[in-house]
Amino acid sequence: MSAQTLSGVERIAEAFSATSKRAALMPYLMGGFPTLDQSLEIGEAYVQGGADLIELGVPYSDPLADGPVIHEAGTRALAAGASVGGVLEVARAISSSVPVVLMCYANMVLAPGAEPFVERLARTGACGLIVPDLPVGEAPEVRQACEAHGLALVPLVAPTTTPERMAMIGAQARGFLYTVSVVGTTGEREALAGQFSEIVARAKASTTVPVALGFGIGTPEQARLAADAGADGVIVGTRLVRAVSEAPEDPVAAVSAVLQGLVAGLER
Amino acid sequence: MLEHRFGDYGGQYVPETLMPALAELELAWQSAREDEGYWAKLRELLRDFAGRPTPLYRAGTLSERVGRAVYLKREDLNHTGSHKLNNALGQALLAERMGKRRIIAETGAGQHGVATATVCALLGIECVVYMGVEDTRRQRPNVQRMELLGATVRPVDAGAKTLKEATSAAIRDWVTNVKDTHYVIGSVVGPAPYPALVRDLQRVIGDEAREQMLEREGRLPTRVVACVGGGSNAIGMFTAFLAEDQVELVGVEAGGEGIETKRHGAPLTVGGRAGILHGSRSAVMQDEEGQIVEAHSVSAGLDYPGAGPQHAFLRDSGRARYVAVTDEQAIEAFKLLARLEGIIPALETAHAIAWVLSEPKGDLDLVCLSGRGDKDLAEVLGRP
Repeated sequence: MSAQTLSGVERIAEAFSATSKRAALMPYLMGGFPTLDQSLEIGEAYVQGGADLIELGVPYSDPLADGPVIHEAGTRALAAGASVGGVLEVARAISSSVPVVLMCYANMVLAPGAEPFVERLARTGACGLIVPDLPVGEAPEVRQACEAHGLALVPLVAPTTTPERMAMIGAQARGFLYTVSVVGTTGEREALAGQFSEIVARAKASTTVPVALGFGIGTPEQARLAADAGADGVIVGTRLVRAVSEAPEDPVAAVSAVLQGLVAGLER
Repeated sequence: MLEHRFGDYGGQYVPETLMPALAELELAWQSAREDEGYWAKLRELLRDFAGRPTPLYRAGTLSERVGRAVYLKREDLNHTGSHKLNNALGQALLAERMGKRRIIAETGAGQHGVATATVCALLGIECVVYMGVEDTRRQRPNVQRMELLGATVRPVDAGAKTLKEATSAAIRDWVTNVKDTHYVIGSVVGPAPYPALVRDLQRVIGDEAREQMLEREGRLPTRVVACVGGGSNAIGMFTAFLAEDQVELVGVEAGGEGIETKRHGAPLTVGGRAGILHGSRSAVMQDEEGQIVEAHSVSAGLDYPGAGPQHAFLRDSGRARYVAVTDEQAIEAFKLLARLEGIIPALETAHAIAWVLSEPKGDLDLVCLSGRGDKDLAEVLGRP
């Protein structure tokens, strides 16, 4: 079936079920970083390198859920002239290959209004939306807009999320449930895989959509342990953004090398 | 019930990680504020440690100059030199009740940081204060005070290196250490229940002033004036008069280099589309796409692109009005009040004084003298 006939929600579901890896690999791409053109090249490298889905970040002035590496990348992207329109062009270009889920902070989604923002996003062919500072209680308007356009509004759960909230969020999740593996902001961490099993089990018990684990996963070993824990997807952000920062002369080669390791970590 | 919204403003726009902590804080405050034991302890500290009630002072020379009676509510005489201690004491006692062993805070001018560091020294709680690098420079004495009090000051190097970034850094710390840490936010901003909690703890300013004014003048003031950054001293003042429609409420924001230059900190005065900053929806300085714009003010405490959600609501409802005063006017008022009354106000407070000086009309003004200006000497005297 062609991408055009499937809704965003359906394309995401297909990406999770069709992956040949133990868990779907979802690299994070900072739109417009270091420049808009380069971010598109990096996104294409993600596709070539085995990404099953791509989380595409919109740089924001005040990213409260992000650690220093992604914060700095966003600041640099904005300084280089990144805009919503530019990032959405990246979404459009990549969406023909793999499902794209946009990560965008609430003020930017609500600035034009939830419906106009989601409508514009849907026109690019993107499949879903993650708003890291929009808890379910504040989300009705955005959820309604996403449902109207067949996009998945992907909520987050954290280790601190209570059982009652977990059930409520799990029931409202579309596309997948973004399961935060640590108490904290985005960023690489050592030896946190001990808690993966419990965190993933709790998330899976609350929802019927796939569970993707993110925040703090950066190595092939951590990706493997996430799959061992039963995660349906693995999201890797900071490690890749750092690779771009550290290799300004050839970011494509740098991210490709990281992806190669991650794919190996997820081999059956 | 604690307000989550003031009209369309307020709410809880934070990462999911913090949601349980906000619920815990709300429950703790609902229980504490019904608990006579909590209030007895807080009242005792406010009286014996902070020095409350603060005086209401009839500023004779200033009154003569503007041709009407002007009373100053002397929060500068509160221990640590500003109204910030009222909130810090209340929240630290609350943190103790919740069993939190670590306290974090953001600070701009350093007044809230000093107040929080002071209370943490008093109660023996670990204290970390986030402060923009630019503010650690222009408010150096307050950095030294915080360190002397045993707090760790973490300079924040992002963005414009001022209050907005310090607040973001404090929120990120809280996201990471939420299990054992309480975030003592310093103004009526942030996600619910903070705007209501900080209001409840700062309303003592207006409650006292109202009683003092009735004693002195036998009537209510016709106008209440306070500076507004996030807006805690203003809400603290306004709350006691909200139900008295005949009392005009005026919030004075930072006009910076002039509203028309866009280098200011006056989101309430300027108006425009509401936005989300630091967890709540309110008046915010932002661009077309929703990127938050950097504020500018000579006063570090007003150098903030947002304002408390209740202020946005009071503005829209017409109950309060908001005006802006430039850097230059504030500095003039700073110097003038020193000469006229022998009181050196904080640069933040000087904005409220400047507005009173420039306003020709009125009858009986009550102004919140929210803080003292020792911290600002280098900044003011060092200007060309």
